[in-house]
Amino acid sequence: MPNIGSYDERIKDFDWSISEKELGYKDGDVINIGWYCSDRICQMGKADKLALLWENATGREKNYTFNDVRLASNTIGSFLRGLGINDGDRVCLFLDKIPELYLGFLGILKIGAVAQPLFSAFGDESLYVRLANAETTAIITQRKHVAKVRKIRDQMPYLKHIIVVDYDGRKPLREREIAFSLEEQTPVEDLEIFPTKAESTSVLHYTSGTTGQPKGVQHVHYSLISQYLTAKWVLDLRDDDIYWCTADPGWVTGTSYGIIAPWSLGITQCVQDAGFSAEAWYRFIQKRKVTVWYSAPTAIRSLMKAGEEIVKKFDLSCLRHLASVGEPLNAEAVIWSERVFGHAFLDTYWQTETGSIMLTNFPGMKIKPGSMGKAFPGVEATVLDPKTYEPLTEPGQVGLIGFKPGWPAMMRGYWNNEATYKGKFHNGWYLSGDRSSIDREGYFWFTGRDDDVINTGGHLVSPFEVESALLEHEAVAESAVVAKPDEVNMEVVKAFVALKPGFEANADLELKIMNFIRKKLSPLAMPQEIEYVNSLPKTRSGKIMRRVLHAKEWNEEVGDLSTLEDDE
Amino acid sequence: MDDKKDVVLKYVIEEYLEDEDDEITYDTPLISGGIVDSFSMVSLKRFLENKYSISIPDEKATPEAFDSVDKIVVLVNEFLK
Repeated sequence: MPNIGSYDERIKDFDWSISEKELGYKDGDVINIGWYCSDRICQMGKADKLALLWENATGREKNYTFNDVRLASNTIGSFLRGLGINDGDRVCLFLDKIPELYLGFLGILKIGAVAQPLFSAFGDESLYVRLANAETTAIITQRKHVAKVRKIRDQMPYLKHIIVVDYDGRKPLREREIAFSLEEQTPVEDLEIFPTKAESTSVLHYTSGTTGQPKGVQHVHYSLISQYLTAKWVLDLRDDDIYWCTADPGWVTGTSYGIIAPWSLGITQCVQDAGFSAEAWYRFIQKRKVTVWYSAPTAIRSLMKAGEEIVKKFDLSCLRHLASVGEPLNAEAVIWSERVFGHAFLDTYWQTETGSIMLTNFPGMKIKPGSMGKAFPGVEATVLDPKTYEPLTEPGQVGLIGFKPGWPAMMRGYWNNEATYKGKFHNGWYLSGDRSSIDREGYFWFTGRDDDVINTGGHLVSPFEVESALLEHEAVAESAVVAKPDEVNMEVVKAFVALKPGFEANADLELKIMNFIRKKLSPLAMPQEIEYVNSLPKTRSGKIMRRVLHAKEWNEEVGDLSTLEDDE
Repeated sequence: MDDKKDVVLKYVIEEYLEDEDDEITYDTPLISGGIVDSFSMVSLKRFLENKYSISIPDEKATPEAFDSVDKIVVLVNEFLK
């Protein structure tokens, strides 16, 4: 019997107090995620239980018990406090998936500061706009990423501390840089936990939107209430599980379900700090005896591409429950995983803004491959008419996915961007920006985005951000960026580029432009294809008609062209 | 052969290695080692195609085939024939 029991029974009279009671939380109490994920688990008698089994690509391994996690997060929190970092200060984690990322996250929260994890593959421009928006006080990073920070630090007087966790003494540190080695510190047994309350800001995750400016999604410590229960009921985590969430904590899945949820449940999780390889992943599952695996459609499709023969080389019988997040999971992948692993990947749908799982296929529920499943108990979900924002009542009608505000992990704002935050709500509904239909049995079926934002490999990329960066290249006169269909990543970035006079449209220049964006923004934002054009389709008022280019890529009807400036 | 290895190694070091103190060799795992991610692999493939005037089909451009300089050169040679 899965943890959720019967979905139909659970949705009757559901109340989030179920989660509050299990966590021993009462309205008005202090609630600190850092404490809940370490100290509380130790107090429950699990101090010696393994919390983290970590390894990297070179085979280096480290294991941490919950008591180790408690001490390490205390130690990091104490160090930060000693630097003068206060509650509410933003502390960025710009790290690969090394233990300091997981332990530092809890340490930051324990002192009441705000954790700002950023994907370590971000280029200096992407890093700068996010640190500048948050006016980040300190950044915790590692030697290999310091060069990127040095390129932008002079523009950020508020960035007081650049903490390097693996400094080896070979080259001198510069002003504001400080070495911190967790292994060389005396563990701090007692740390005064900052008394954060339900609405105290905990995490700031950045996501791309319909403008060039990424949005800092602001979460609070009370998010724990939904993250805990959704992990218990959807991921079906149990005390003896070995859990593997493949997401990087630079993104929301990696914190909500790669740190907070499993550790608040006292679950052992494992982390592999390495790039993707089907063989390495299967070997890892076999070696760690992973029982619950939470991954992403792009990875699953890459595994499918690697073939079934390779699966047979490994004993994966340890797996008992599989789930997926990031973008819609195609029916073929669901069916394939059931055949190959004996368990279907169950799709879950949520966003950086929602903080926790909203729509999902529950263990024990009838699975409709290709569907996102049903709303989590306590989550009121619908599809809305795009003009009136009224719920559509006929099954099968496509509308905007909307959620009634009020679930615990819902974002509390966009950092320094109240207007955009307010714009996400219409007629009492939070708008996700995705379109879907609902069938007669209440299952949601994804149909696409409602804006130009590109979902590549489960990560959102703003076409406007890429276009702005392209214009900074010396050869680019103008550009338009759209999503292009991709078998593995669902969508990838494609750029249409008109060159300045004197530049020749050739393959070498295309590569130079690709690498320019990769280093400036990130590998995700790098156009996987650049098409040279003489000019871009524009309206008579000069606005680029991105939808014309998008339709061409997707073999769709272009629609109304009456405002087109000229027909290229 | 060695010339090609050196060309590819130099390109990987210049374009993808973030820590200048890190040292990589012909057999250092690039993809599984996290030095080149799956998105960046596209630009590495493009470099090889431009440099050697070849076309590598997408189905051959797997993480496994790109996982070291040694393996990349084997792949390049396959399409140079």
